[in-house]
Amino acid sequence: MLTEEERKEIRDELKRHAHKQAACVEALKIVQRHRGWVSDEVRDIAELLEMTPDELDGVATFYSQIFRRPAGKHVIRVCDGVSCWVMGYDIVRRHLKVRLGIDAGETSSDGQFTLLPISCLGACNIAPAMMIDDELYGNLTFEKIDGILEKYR
Amino acid sequence: MKKKPLTKNIRPGRGPLTLKEYEKSGGYQAVRKALKMTPQQVQEEVKASNLRGRGGAGFPTGMKWSFVPMGDDAPRPKYFLVNADEMEPGAFKDRLLLEGDPHQVIEGAIVSSYAIQADIAYIFLRWAYKLAEERLARAIAEAYAENYLGKNIMGSDYSLELYLHVSAGRYICGEETALLNAMEGRRAIPRTKPPFPQVCGLWGKPSVVNNTETVCNVPHIISNGAEWFKGLGRSGDGGTKIYGVSGRVNRPGAWELPMGTTIRELLEEHAGGMIDGYKFRGVMPGGGSTDFLVGEHLDVKMDFDSVQKAGSRMGTGTMIVLDDKTCPVGMVHNLEEFFARESCGWCTPCREGLPWLAKILRAIEEGKGEAGDIEILKEHTKLLGPGNTFCAHAPGAVEPLQSALKYFREDFERHIREKRCSYK
Ligand SMILES: Cc1cc2nc3c(=O)[nH]c(=O)nc-3n(C[C@H](O)[C@H](O)[C@H](O)COP(=O)(O)O)c2cc1C
Ligand code: SF4
Repeated sequence: MLTEEERKEIRDELKRHAHKQAACVEALKIVQRHRGWVSDEVRDIAELLEMTPDELDGVATFYSQIFRRPAGKHVIRVCDGVSCWVMGYDIVRRHLKVRLGIDAGETSSDGQFTLLPISCLGACNIAPAMMIDDELYGNLTFEKIDGILEKYR
Repeated sequence: MKKKPLTKNIRPGRGPLTLKEYEKSGGYQAVRKALKMTPQQVQEEVKASNLRGRGGAGFPTGMKWSFVPMGDDAPRPKYFLVNADEMEPGAFKDRLLLEGDPHQVIEGAIVSSYAIQADIAYIFLRWAYKLAEERLARAIAEAYAENYLGKNIMGSDYSLELYLHVSAGRYICGEETALLNAMEGRRAIPRTKPPFPQVCGLWGKPSVVNNTETVCNVPHIISNGAEWFKGLGRSGDGGTKIYGVSGRVNRPGAWELPMGTTIRELLEEHAGGMIDGYKFRGVMPGGGSTDFLVGEHLDVKMDFDSVQKAGSRMGTGTMIVLDDKTCPVGMVHNLEEFFARESCGWCTPCREGLPWLAKILRAIEEGKGEAGDIEILKEHTKLLGPGNTFCAHAPGAVEPLQSALKYFREDFERHIREKRCSYK
């Protein structure tokens, strides 16, 4: 079941659109903002948007940043774009793996972190780069990564 | 200052100009001027400037607009869309404009929308550009408050609504017809052309999609004229270009320079040359979907025609440098993994072919390559080339591979012969 708050936010979003379906990406993002991922409440969202659940799930699963599985409290996205690859993506990822004990696609057992590879973040001038939640970090070194992780523990 | 119209307001390390500051530096004058011109006159000026699309293909902007039905009988509403999805590997030029001077993007969207008499405009923004999202949202609100947007702009009879759409991460959304499906809330697979979006686009109505940098050029052309714009460039294509360099150079970054600046000048003067201990081996001039160029091409001018003549594409104008300590096979493998992952899956050659290429490249890189692999790779650069797939994703994906096989073939052969990667 969607919460009243989620419903209200989706309804507000719908006011901006002449076509309900056009609000679907935003509606999915609203639910994800509240829950960290989009659970099978997809059905309720679809009803509000006058779409079939399958149609909406087709959209939800299309986007890399809509999660249909639970994610950790903080999502670490490591850029594996070509510039970051040249500048040391592999060592950054391996270092994160050692520090967090998880590989790409996994969530730490305490539910704190999810580690994901991510397509070019458009931060090629400060490669290698990563994003944690909404924050971008560049020119990564081992020391810098350790310092950054401390902030989130 | 006049030589760098696109970046003159961008102050590194500080926030973007507010609306008032932007107006003081000459901002929104182009909107006022355009509203006194007819839409046809605006279109003519842009056509005369020879502005070519900065999204990668270099299509003349004025010509693109001229296919939109005009006049009282034209279907309504009409749409104008700013493509700010920037997900090309190695590209970070639109980010500079979006974060650095959001009012310029908005002014460009208004003037462009006026030229085609659009009723509704969207900025289609990449999800990862959080700072740009925040700054654009604020700037849009400011522009509404001052009546640069909304009903009867500046007392004219022209009205425009502008919305920000923030996507959720998928490279193919940047392809203009996939972008339209994304906006409609569908799976973002490309559409067949014809019909072209200018005639039958968003919800079947006339629509134009232009890249962020293209849009940012428009107000300056209207303010200063087509001749001034042409005079900015060093070759046939007019204007300036935001070029970028990444890889093992001393000062990776992006700069606004005259269109037609050479690769050598970009690498040596602006990017500060290679880092000590690394040698230049090649460069992808316009992002991850463009063919490698090598040492013999350093004096090629970075404009659409010159780079094409050299056997590649200017693409986004943001280049990625390959150095002598980086494995070209590994680099191409990284790219093909990206293209395979980002294929929308709609047509078979791309959906099945790209993962196969990635798999072969991984095998070669890991020392498990076999005789014949190079031929299979080569054959696929043809099978996935132009004309065999629904959109330009797959042809773009094989460009770095086909050129790597041409210039760095010995590396592929050595991997297979020695059953290992000698760069590791
Ligand atoms: C797979 C693919 C991805 C694309 N991604 C982008 C993009 O992120 N941004 C962009 O402006 N154009 C992108 N394009 C090009 C657009 O289809 C379109 O040509 C461009 O936005 C038109 O703008 P312009 O005429 O101003 O260059 C992409 C094309 C393809 C085939
Ligand atoms: S070429 Fe690839 S990305 Fe383009 S439509 Fe076909 S499957 Fe989709």
